[in-house]
Parts: sequence; structure tokens; C-alpha cells
Amino acid sequence: MLDNSPRAPNLPNAPGVGYKPQHFTDLRADPGPVRWIEVHAENYMGDGGRPLAQLRALADQFALSVHGVGLSIGGEAPLDRDHLARLKTLVGWSSPASFSEHLAWSTHGAEFLNDLLPLPYTSETLQRVADHIDQVQTALGRQMLLENPSSYLCFAESTWSETDFLAELVHRTGCGLLLDVNNVFISATNLGLSAESYIEAFPLHAVGEIHVGGHDEDTDDHGAPLLIDSHGKPVVDPVWSLLAFALAKSGPRPVLVEWDNDVPDWPVLRAEAERAALALAPAQ
Amino acid sequence: MSVSQATFRSALLDAEEAVPEGLLDGSDTPAGARFSVYRNNVVVSLTEALRTAFPLIYKLLGAQTFDRLAAIYVRQQPPSSPLMMHYGQELPKFLQSFQPLSHIGYLPDCARLDIAMRRSYHAKDAAPINPSVFQTDPEELMSLRLALAPATIVLRSDWPLHDIWRLNFEPDAPKPRATAQDVLITRPEFDPAPHALQPGGADWLQHLQNGMAFGSAHEATITAAPSFDLSAALSQALQTGALTEFKTKDS
Amino acid sequence: MSKTMKTVAIAGAVAAAMAAQVTTAQAAAKEKCFGISLAGANDCAAGPGTTCAGTSTVDYQGNAWTLVDAGTCAEIELPAMADGTERKGSLEELDRDLPA
Repeated sequence: MLDNSPRAPNLPNAPGVGYKPQHFTDLRADPGPVRWIEVHAENYMGDGGRPLAQLRALADQFALSVHGVGLSIGGEAPLDRDHLARLKTLVGWSSPASFSEHLAWSTHGAEFLNDLLPLPYTSETLQRVADHIDQVQTALGRQMLLENPSSYLCFAESTWSETDFLAELVHRTGCGLLLDVNNVFISATNLGLSAESYIEAFPLHAVGEIHVGGHDEDTDDHGAPLLIDSHGKPVVDPVWSLLAFALAKSGPRPVLVEWDNDVPDWPVLRAEAERAALALAPAQ
Repeated sequence: MSVSQATFRSALLDAEEAVPEGLLDGSDTPAGARFSVYRNNVVVSLTEALRTAFPLIYKLLGAQTFDRLAAIYVRQQPPSSPLMMHYGQELPKFLQSFQPLSHIGYLPDCARLDIAMRRSYHAKDAAPINPSVFQTDPEELMSLRLALAPATIVLRSDWPLHDIWRLNFEPDAPKPRATAQDVLITRPEFDPAPHALQPGGADWLQHLQNGMAFGSAHEATITAAPSFDLSAALSQALQTGALTEFKTKDS
Repeated sequence: MSKTMKTVAIAGAVAAAMAAQVTTAQAAAKEKCFGISLAGANDCAAGPGTTCAGTSTVDYQGNAWTLVDAGTCAEIELPAMADGTERKGSLEELDRDLPA
């Protein structure tokens, strides 16, 4: 259990964007409502050069969220100590207001599979993930946020609901949560559940950050809708509505717009951030 | 019914394998093609990583051939680190023994050039050497020791590697000549650039990097490459920011 | 060449290199931080759905490699290289299939 007392200042309860290097100049000159940015940790683990120079410049102007995509917290194997050390270095020099990772695995044996892979929700996996979160929080000396995944399938062996699983992780480790509203919408659609019920069951008191993003639409073998978390399009109206629903229950939170594929020119992403600001206004 | 990560991983990279039992859709029927979302994510994301990591190989082969190569490579050599910036270290060796493309003998060296450009891009920052260190008396000059910047990389090739790079990335570049070219990669600020080295140039930089004094490095270089032009080599090294802080013999 | 002569020759070469430096003024200061980013970024987005990249059978068939567009290697002809063998930088038909 981590003592939450000494923490970097929180992210502001305002819009943020997932940072893309092509926006470096425009984002700084014309941020609109954007007050913070999020970067993927693994892209800033080189020894020098432009990525680190950009991050230093951005950290002067914006609050920073470091979002890991490679730690494999849900992996069966022990955490990669070298990778944990790299995270500690990055979090050390960039002093982010938030560090987050995913409820997923991506490393098996010596292989990194570069995707956020799903895990069953059992008492065994719960303990393993809790141990890994403890290890991360101890190594980094701070609280981390854990993000709910996008689900395309589920495991017959699961005995916990995802929301109960996450709530128990918060209880056992003192970690916070990153609520990805787009992921909730995707999982609910793909698994035939109610997105609103999921949010109502979610431990909103532990939420330190919210994500929204775009997704693709596909179908499964039986013609049922299958949504894909592609981050390559504008956020759809039902996801904005779900964000408003969540914010009405949680109160204001930092809201991030993610756009990773087919990245548009800055004004398009800024317009999405303006929409996030509108969604935040009633909750402020 | 429990699906181990080993089982999941194995089916992920081999589309001929059945989808693991115990994976369901929302109404308790087998997940079927839903598993393909993960299969697809892994191959597409790794292929995309290779495309951006190997711009020269991508241009040489064209999009279709590159993607077919990638489809094989990503399954045989998935990343061994979560840092995608380092992915593809084994591609030169892979290309050497990959028969459908082994008749294009320069491909492995081109892959090495792509890797070296990336390594330079992410290398530690270093201030370029102040040229005033060379304005010293001749005896001091002979015992000067110099260091290559961390972003400076020397590649040796039996192929016209720099010509091949130019053909692909510079407008109106001439066709590659049938000659061997060593390449110097430097990163003056943040953008790595390749430069052709004269005969002996790679040896000279290597000697300096190994800590040999300025005079001895020159001596050793001209012994093997009598045509080596020190003035041109030093000009190139200074103009491209190849060198960083030095130490004298006694320091 | 005596040691003195070598020293003089090297000093001369260095002086010439120094003179060349003076003539190449540094480029004007710009937003150095902005520019291309190279390669292999991590992100947390998914690829496009269930499309065939992940499920197609991997193709080792030698002759199939000739049916696709060639990149710039088709423009490169490099005979007689350092090891003396004839080399030609274009996609050629293979006479047999590779074992999978």
C-alpha cells in the first residue's frame, strides 16, 4: 500500500492532448484550451536528440502526463527491471504530474508484442497485477494510474467484473485509475454490456485522468458490431455523451484527447480539445 | 479453460493455429475472428514500425515487397525490447540469408545505414569541438586526442552506400557508381546526415576514436591509404560536427 | 619523411582545414527543436480492425516475389563489386521455392 502524501502537482482539470511531434510548433504557439500534454514513455527513453529536447521545451509550458505502453503490468512474467529503471529515469528528469500504464500485457518471454493484450480477471491475476503495481509505485516513489482496456473478447475463466477488479486493485495498492471513456464504449458495444452501468460501477473517486479518442467500426463473424480502438478519427457523439455522463458523476477531471493514427493538422485536434473543454464546463 | 499467455502468444503470431479455447464474445460463444483484432494489431503495428525505421530499405524494395518482407520478419524476429526505437537490429543479418532478396547484395548494408541513422538520432547530445583547439603549436597538435560525438557513426561498406542513399533521398542524384564507399553519419543538431568518406577516412576516425594521438592516427592512416587527404578529412569532420571535446596526452 | 617534416605537413593540412571552416558560416538560428522525427514510435492505438495483415498466410513462394512493384532498386545496376561477383540490383525470378 502506497502512502499518497508526497506527490507532484496534479494534472489540471482541463483538456489535454496526446502529443505528436508534428504539432510541436503549432501546439506551443496556439494551444487553445490545452493545458497539459501526454507522451508515451517509451518514445522518450533514448539518450538525447530531438525527442528529449522537445519534451524539455514542452514541459516548460504544459503540465505533463507520462503514459507507459510497454511495461506489461498484466504479464505472467516478472516486470522488466531494466524497463522499470528507464521509467524511473524518465519520470525523474521530466517530473510529470501523472504517470499511468495499462491493464494489459505485451511482453512474453523475451518478446515484446507491441500491442495491449487482454488478461482474464481472476483472483490469481488480481494478485499478480497488484504485486506489479506495488513494484512500480515503490520503484517510482509515487502513485500510478491504471487504465481500463478496450476489449474485443472476454475470458471464460474470468470470475471478476472489470470494474470490481479495478476497484480491488485500488483498494490493495492505493493506485489511481485512468478512465478511458472510449474504451468503455468500445468494450460495452463489443461485449453487449451497458456503458452507463460500467461507469456507475467504476470507482470514480480514484480517477485521476480521463481519455477520449476515436475508434473504427467493424463486424465480427456473426455480423455483430466490433469497434476497434484505432485513435485515428474524431471522437464520436456517443462517446462525448458518455464523457458528460462520467464527469457529472465524478466531478471535473483532466480530460485527454488521443489521436495516434492518421494524425490531423493541429487545428483539428485543437477543436477536439475545445469540445472537451465544453464537456468540462458544467462539471467545473 | 484457462488461456495462458504462451498459448495466446503462439496463436497470435501463427494464423494457422486455432484461436485458443476459452476466449468468448459477449454472449458466451467462441471469440472466432475477434481474436484477429490482436493478430492484426501486432503485425500491422510492427510492420509500421519497420516502415518508419527502415526508410531506405522501404524505398529500395517498394511498399508491397517491403510489407511482405515485414510480414515474415516480424514473426521470426519480434522485438526483444519495449523500445520500438530500437526495433529491427537483426534485419541486416536476416536480409543476408533471405533467399528471395539475397541477389540484392547491398540490402544488408542499406539496413545497417537505416539503423545507424536511428541510433544517431537518439544518441546523447554533445557540443561540437571548438576548432580553436587546433590552433596550437605543432608539437601539441601531434599529441592532440580527439573524440567522436556520441551521434557520430562510421559505417564501412563494399557497396556505393552513400550513392545509394543519395539516389533515394536527394533530388536528381546520379546513379550509384560501382565503387565501395564508407559512410560517416553525423548529427550537427538533431538531424542525422550521411556523408561519403574518402579512402582511409573510416580508418582515421576509428584511430581517433580508439584514443590514438592526432599525429599517430594520421601516420597509421596513410600507411594503409596513401592517398588520404588529412585537410579534407578534418574539414569534413569539423563541418559535420563529427568531433567533440578532446583531451591532451597528459590530461 | 623526418618527424619535423611530418609535423609541418600535418600543421599545414590543419591550417588549410581551419581556413575552410571560416568560409562556411553556420546556418541561421531556427526552431531547431522542430523537425522530422525518426522511426519506430510506441503508441497505444490499435491497427485497422481484423484486416488481413495478421491472418494472411505468410508467403515464402519465390516466384511470387517477382509479381510485385519494385522500388528504386530496379534503377540500380552494380556489376563487378569488391568481391568480384556480378551483382545486379533488381528483383529477379527465383528458380525454386524456399522451404517454409
